[in-house]
Amino acid sequence: MQQTAPGKAAASEADAPKPGTALAATRIRVAHVAIPFLLFTLFAILPAFAQFGAEGYILSLVMRVMIFAIAAMSLDLILGYGAMVSFGHAAFIGIGAYGAGILMRHTVDDFFLQLGAALGASALFALATGALSLRTKGVYFIMITLAFGQMAFFFFVSLAAYGGDDGMTLRTRPLIFGQDWLAHRHFLYYLIFACMLGVYLLLRAIVGSRFGRVLRGAKENPVRMQAIGFSPYRFQLAAYVIAGTICGLAGFLLAHQTEFIAPAFMTWQRSGELIVMVVLGGMGTLHGAIIGAAAFLILEELLSRITQDWKLIFGPFLVLVALFARGGIMGYLRKRGLK
Amino acid sequence: MSPVLQLRNLRKAYGALKVTDDVSLDVTRGELHAIIGPNGAGKTTLIHQISGIASSDGGQIFFEGADVTSEKMHQLVARGLARSFQITSILPGFTALENVAMAVQAREGTSFRFFGDPAREEVLTAPAMEALRIVNLEARADIPSGELSHGEKRQLELAIALATQPKMLLLDEPLAGTGREESERVVATLKSLKGHYTILLIEHDMEAVFQLADRVSVLVYGRIIASGPPDEVRADPEVRKAYLGEEA
Repeated sequence: MQQTAPGKAAASEADAPKPGTALAATRIRVAHVAIPFLLFTLFAILPAFAQFGAEGYILSLVMRVMIFAIAAMSLDLILGYGAMVSFGHAAFIGIGAYGAGILMRHTVDDFFLQLGAALGASALFALATGALSLRTKGVYFIMITLAFGQMAFFFFVSLAAYGGDDGMTLRTRPLIFGQDWLAHRHFLYYLIFACMLGVYLLLRAIVGSRFGRVLRGAKENPVRMQAIGFSPYRFQLAAYVIAGTICGLAGFLLAHQTEFIAPAFMTWQRSGELIVMVVLGGMGTLHGAIIGAAAFLILEELLSRITQDWKLIFGPFLVLVALFARGGIMGYLRKRGLK
Repeated sequence: MSPVLQLRNLRKAYGALKVTDDVSLDVTRGELHAIIGPNGAGKTTLIHQISGIASSDGGQIFFEGADVTSEKMHQLVARGLARSFQITSILPGFTALENVAMAVQAREGTSFRFFGDPAREEVLTAPAMEALRIVNLEARADIPSGELSHGEKRQLELAIALATQPKMLLLDEPLAGTGREESERVVATLKSLKGHYTILLIEHDMEAVFQLADRVSVLVYGRIIASGPPDEVRADPEVRKAYLGEEA
């Protein structure tokens, strides 16, 4: 049995590996279980401690973190596992949010109807734009997703009936089985938490499945995948639709958390921020996207208290991450913690 | 014997340069047919055309009687035409076993399955281990394939091609870049495959070609100038002038 690297065999030396179980996998799996477990536990118990501080402020910041974590994880599916650099991913946040807001405007207050509209519209937009975008590669894919994102943005800007450029405030809260449960702050918090956990588990299953294998294979070497009989396009399109739909869920939640919708949810800068969150946390790890979203939004919050020009500090920070922490925060932790 | 692969007047030009110039060729079932030729003769372009990576400007390709001239690579693989690459093409982040299991997966059931761990699927891992055994790599099954030696990667490519359950193999310089010991191992593997599969082999290593091939075709400037049993081709004055004379 040949060792791959000095450090790698240590964790699995005790139990003799059966054929078919990768040596290195054991070690990585520890990180893949322990860190997400800690992360979700932290989010789960946080409301209990928030009451000792400015409760409303803390809860709404953390809800925002969780919502963007959902969006970032969905982007990680196509960016981190599929090498599809979508520069228009925020469009789905907007479509999900407007899916909720437009129905509410027309007095459809049912939670599940709104959710269905938000997810359905996001899925359709993803299918139509993905089918075209995925005919291109590399920089052209970035350009075309950016273009579709901007088209969606200007579409909603032009909708004067729904507030146009300014957006609009939601009339009321949606009703779950006719009940106004969202009136309780903690209910909304744990609803978002459950969505984040559900999305994480769903995506974790997907990337480990047969489908996920093909997606990751197509990222590493598309020609090789074709040479064994796969046409990557169909798999990439399916992943794009899944990612868009999940990001639509984030938009839907964002609308109800802020009780407001606006085209500002879906600017191209916002798409860029989603990419930063994924890269900052560590691409292709899923929980890295959660950490990245948290780091981004909390830093934004703290730095913007110090100075209005907080991006002057945040920019160099990102440069440092890019230079010295390849693989983002997760990559950094992996290097430090497991060597 | 019916030909498995037929090329009819195949052409391809890059601008004024004729890379494939009116190539016609039959490969019969079970034979190992080698194509040799000096550098720049158009060997790799020809194999790209056959395998569906490059399109042809003219002519036709028949595989098992069906016209497959305009089919894409993944469609040809589904028909049973597998290929290897001159420059090693594997999935470096996956283990050797996963590389091969991926090829099995392309044939076995649907890949639009979003749940369940494929590493636990016996229908994928068992045939994959079998293919690794054929190329003597089963001891290296769990090594990330990017960490394998160059020769082992060449062996792995063969195993991947075999796992697609091919009727015919297109091998693009399987010995490229291998050392003496490694190349002996690859040649031994090719010998064990000979007879079980129809093989079209493109190779630079003359010694290996004359050891292995049932028939040899010589490609020079995109044209086939001679075709026949190894001894006959070796004696052909035209071939000696164009190719062997320069190299030997």
